[in-house]
Amino acid sequence: MSPETGAAGPDAMATTTPATTPAILRATKVTKRFGGLLAVREVDFTIPQGSIVSLIGPNGAGKTTFFNMVAGLTEPTAGVIDLGSTRIVARPVRVWAEPVFWFVLPLPVALLAALLFIANQVLIGVAAVLLAIALLITSVLIAIIRPTWYVRLLGRVGIFRSARPNDIVGLGVGRTFQNIRLFANMTALENVLVGMHSRMHATLFDAALRRRRHKIEETESREEARKWLRYVGLRGQDYILARNLPYGDQRRLEIARALASKPKLLLLDEPTAGMNPVETSQLTALIGKIRTELGTTILLIEHDMRVVMGVSDRVTVLDHGETIAEGTPEEVRANPKVIEAYLGAPTA
Amino acid sequence: MTIARMRAAVGRSSGFSDRHQSLSILALGVVVAAALPLVGGILGAVVPGFGTQNDWVGGFADAGVFVLLASGLNVVVGMAGLLDLGYAAFFAIGAYTYAYGASTFTGLHIPFWLMLFIGAAIAAVFGLLLGAPTLRLRGDYLAIVTLGFGEIVPVVILNLDSWTRGTNGIVGLDQPNLYGLAGINGFGFQSPFLYFFTVVAIVSVAFIFLYRLQDSRIGRAWVAIREDELAAASMGINTVTTKLAAFAIGATTAGLAGAFYGAKLGIVSPDQFHFDVSFTVLAMVVLGGMGNVWGVAIGGFVVYEIQHQGLHQLNAFMSSLNIPIISSINFINYQYLLYGLALVTMMLLRPEGLFPSRQRRRELHAETDEAAEFLAAETLEPPT
Repeated sequence: MSPETGAAGPDAMATTTPATTPAILRATKVTKRFGGLLAVREVDFTIPQGSIVSLIGPNGAGKTTFFNMVAGLTEPTAGVIDLGSTRIVARPVRVWAEPVFWFVLPLPVALLAALLFIANQVLIGVAAVLLAIALLITSVLIAIIRPTWYVRLLGRVGIFRSARPNDIVGLGVGRTFQNIRLFANMTALENVLVGMHSRMHATLFDAALRRRRHKIEETESREEARKWLRYVGLRGQDYILARNLPYGDQRRLEIARALASKPKLLLLDEPTAGMNPVETSQLTALIGKIRTELGTTILLIEHDMRVVMGVSDRVTVLDHGETIAEGTPEEVRANPKVIEAYLGAPTA
Repeated sequence: MTIARMRAAVGRSSGFSDRHQSLSILALGVVVAAALPLVGGILGAVVPGFGTQNDWVGGFADAGVFVLLASGLNVVVGMAGLLDLGYAAFFAIGAYTYAYGASTFTGLHIPFWLMLFIGAAIAAVFGLLLGAPTLRLRGDYLAIVTLGFGEIVPVVILNLDSWTRGTNGIVGLDQPNLYGLAGINGFGFQSPFLYFFTVVAIVSVAFIFLYRLQDSRIGRAWVAIREDELAAASMGINTVTTKLAAFAIGATTAGLAGAFYGAKLGIVSPDQFHFDVSFTVLAMVVLGGMGNVWGVAIGGFVVYEIQHQGLHQLNAFMSSLNIPIISSINFINYQYLLYGLALVTMMLLRPEGLFPSRQRRRELHAETDEAAEFLAAETLEPPT
């Protein structure tokens, strides 16, 4: 489990990335303000494809806030986050113009209805009014549901809104939570099946009519979900309720559930919190295995320095919402600013 | 050991092939269709004061409507965890759709069988309309908004006199018709048997669909949202469409029930769809066992029968005893008191309902779950 030290030179404190691997995630000047508290301040952050990047820092440094912004749960006050070439998170742009879209279809119909009324064609006129109302309702519903084609259409005219959490999962970002958030009353298998939700396509009608698509998908998904459980080391625990699993296994199940969406980027929020040393080293091995075997890029928040130093390619240190150091584990470990942030200034 | 039992239970439920499950439901429907008229006949002959077999079978047909309503609300409340207190609105919309589509009031006479689908579809549209603005609301707030919607619909119907005949209601709704099939034309208001068989058929088909939905991608998504909405969204579930789907499915079922109910009574009026209906249906879901299709069905049947037949019988029985004060009590006046008592008792003694789903029982009886105690004593902190 020796870390693969990148091509980082001695002064690689800036946001250098290995030239060969493109960035999978790039955050630019991300800022988050909660009232008077500046939780994250102009953080620039790049995750090269296929690497394990750790985000460390004392409590309250803004790590989880940053995480939540990447996952689409919190909107940043400023700055943008790009996933590959897709902009996923930023301040809304020109959203006031969106309602115009809702009237594009119904308005001509309504005008037509007005003309019909003038021409004394009352019955057809009423039908046209009803059609206009139906079109307006449909447009607003589409805006609420926000299918991808609608988002793309808005993007064409420069209207932007941050992607929702489920859209971000669809784009290939999976996550776990700092305080375990499994579906406690569902079995381990069901939890993983929920994780596969975004990759399954059976609609309401497929399920209600038990169409072939549903049946095949359901059988294959169950098979695959078992595979994920085995992969994280939960063999034979398929039908145990998530809340009845031991703590360490719950953490593993969260990882299995996140992996089930086949993420390109996996966000792990303190995966070893509360674990004993044996469990911690097993989980560290699992993280390494996920990267090498599945090729998943991993962003890790962690307090346990053995884990961080053991698996990370690069480490970023946040303190009071600011990046204070960035580099290989060795560099970060030797950085006086980091030592100061963790242990306090030498002249206290 | 608990785990082995649980595995056995899950293995059993998922071991059923779909066809097997659907056939079992249909077979049970046939059994019910055969058995209940017999029961009605016996009760009609034995129990004094209520009426004939016809009255009983008619009552069972109405109970079927409420079973349908309860199983529809079960999707919204029991599975997706969205507390809907205005469910009667969709019932009303289904019934009024039937009144517009098949009565002398509008002069349209669309066939009953087609109107079932139209009523369901229109109610589904309203389900989406109500669902859309409430998507961001949770728990209490959602309950208040749905309560408002449930109150608005009857009031609107009441006040749009020229369109709905206001408080008089619309009368002369078409009877269902089989167009000479098996020698049957109109269903006839005198013989309730055909209505009864029809409602059993509708309920059976609805159950097949509901079961299939429960055990599918969308059913899991509903449960996941009920468990932890934020985690569900972070696992790729589109909470917007999933919740809308739950509202729409619930409304569809209510619309179906409403169309049938309108056809059976031959009259619709706003006072059939007030809050007490929403409340009764919710009580059926809670008493029967949230999340469990069968439990809710039994809850619906039992509550309806007690409310509409049991209390009458109790009245007749008590007054025949000629005990001073007790014989003069009109128990029908106290039905909501009895509801309240029943609900309080249930919540204290058996919060998961009479026939809970496995999941709900686990949620509410964590302390009896040995495995939970043994394995997870220090683990689960409540989600923030």
